Amino acid sequence: MVVHHASFWSDNLPKIEQTLGAIAIFFAVLGAIFYLAGKVNGRAARPLASLIFLGPALLLLLVGLIVPAAKTILFSFKDAYSMKYVGFKNYKWIIQDPEIHKVIWNTLIWILVTPFATTALGLLLAIMLNRMKRESLPKSLLFMPMAISFVGASIIWQFVYNYAPEGQPQTGLLSAIARTLGFTPPNWILSQPLNTFLLMVIFVWVETGFAMVILSAAIKGVPDDIMEASALDGATGWKLFRGITFPMVRGTFIVVFATMVVTSLKLFDIVRTVTGGNFGTSVISNEMYSQIFVRFNTGRGSALAVILFILVTPILVYNIRNLRRERSIS
Amino acid sequence: MSTKVAEHTPGRKLFSSKIAATVVWTITILWTIPTFGLFVTSFRPKGDVFLTGWWHIFTSPHFTLSNYDSVLFGKGDAGSVGGVIPYFLNSLAITVPAVIFPVVIATMAAYSLAWIRFRGSDALFFFIFALQIVPIQMSLIPLLQLFTGGAHIGSLTLIPRLGIAGKLAGIWLPHTMFALPLAIYLLHNFISSLPRDLMEAAFVDGANHFMVFRRIVLPLSVPAIAAFGIFQFLWVWNDLLVALTFSAGTQNISPINAKLASLVGQWGAHWEILTAGAFVTIAVPLVVFFSLQRYFVRGLLAGSVK
Repeated sequence: MVVHHASFWSDNLPKIEQTLGAIAIFFAVLGAIFYLAGKVNGRAARPLASLIFLGPALLLLLVGLIVPAAKTILFSFKDAYSMKYVGFKNYKWIIQDPEIHKVIWNTLIWILVTPFATTALGLLLAIMLNRMKRESLPKSLLFMPMAISFVGASIIWQFVYNYAPEGQPQTGLLSAIARTLGFTPPNWILSQPLNTFLLMVIFVWVETGFAMVILSAAIKGVPDDIMEASALDGATGWKLFRGITFPMVRGTFIVVFATMVVTSLKLFDIVRTVTGGNFGTSVISNEMYSQIFVRFNTGRGSALAVILFILVTPILVYNIRNLRRERSIS
Repeated sequence: MSTKVAEHTPGRKLFSSKIAATVVWTITILWTIPTFGLFVTSFRPKGDVFLTGWWHIFTSPHFTLSNYDSVLFGKGDAGSVGGVIPYFLNSLAITVPAVIFPVVIATMAAYSLAWIRFRGSDALFFFIFALQIVPIQMSLIPLLQLFTGGAHIGSLTLIPRLGIAGKLAGIWLPHTMFALPLAIYLLHNFISSLPRDLMEAAFVDGANHFMVFRRIVLPLSVPAIAAFGIFQFLWVWNDLLVALTFSAGTQNISPINAKLASLVGQWGAHWEILTAGAFVTIAVPLVVFFSLQRYFVRGLLAGSVK
């Protein structure tokens, strides 16, 4: 190590001690509770076990998600500082403000385009990978963006979308390609509505690997004898895909699609780090952050959060119904 | 052609394997180019980064390690900024407990929902599953208020002032809370499919739930636990929103990803160093991911694909 300063260790050692200490205490407390509760016999034993196993999770969920969600709904009917009730004023603002219409419109474009793009591309790749002999290297490389943070991804894509005015050297890959092909590149990130689609490309770049991996596993799960039988019947290519492969993986396809809809609805980081929601690229989740943390209007921010919640609900209901059906079969 | 293929892999002739390989590799190369560009740029001298695109290394290769030197040890052009090693340690100090805590708590909850059943435990499971859709942004303000002010009804104090905003515990706790719905769902899928006979035999031998959990459920659930652990590791390491909100501007616990995000604004003119910083930041998740991806994939699939 090249770090010589004594202050390096005096600054950083306490953090390491705290971290290891916290982990040690966590397990020590848990071990003690398990030991003591294990001594209890008789009728109290079962409810006590339930309480000890489930209690911490329920408490954390209550404090971390349930109460805050309820508070947010309450805040959405209050003013900017959560002082007094204003009725539906914040919702009226959402319905009437043309800027917010643009934001909602953008969000709808996101959920119309990206889930379809990622799931379809993921399925195509999964099918093709299944036909390859050495699939593990391309699979890993395609899946790799999943491990990269959106901050990292936004820096990576800066070198693709970067724009320099005419006459200056181009350091952005896309601009350079445009010039080589003989036309003048626009200032990509500033051009509406193109920029929203360029942001979607980053999303597709990150999420396709996820869709591919899940769908690939589903395709491998299709029993060989079914494929063989239909191949013997003369089914090939597109017919085989439509008749056998797709119906067999449809359940997984829908699960992946729904996950992508939710992910793109909640999308925040890409927009935040690349454009900050400027140049007509904002989406609900980014606007919510801006309202709460930049403009300090908790009322409007909370109302947007509620809208997001309402938009996700149908997917959730659908997922729960599926889950129930699955559970009742198995 | 197709008959020959059919002999080897019967029935699977949606595409010829040559077309498949060509398409897959074309997309794979397209997918890898942006990351490769970042990697190359991080080794280029400052002057080159601004004058030419990274692909010029193929015609005029110039490489330097000075970007990494500046980023890691705070030397070189942007020396005043200081190295990122303390932020790297912050990330580890945040991530390790923020993985262990939710994994343990969620495994316990999943076990009880699957094997210590009571009236309403199914409904409770669906309710926890449903909590996945609460956007994190909804929780930030109320939680921050709780950490700095406690929770009161009138003059009655329900939860005292925790005073953990700006401390490590103030980041561990939200990450633990937000991870639970997905963690409990995935682990429940796995744990509920463990063989019933095994547990019943243990109970007949006089074991209690705590023994069964430690000696049977935990060891058997290692694949699912590892999978979710990796998922959570990537999520916490790459997180920006929770870290920004709950570190409350305290540099001393700010993770490397947040530092990187602030450098994007601060160093507008130092892109060459930013690229080295970005690569240092994504190196850890990439190593974790590539060494453990087998578990990761298997765990994501737990229960979702039959």
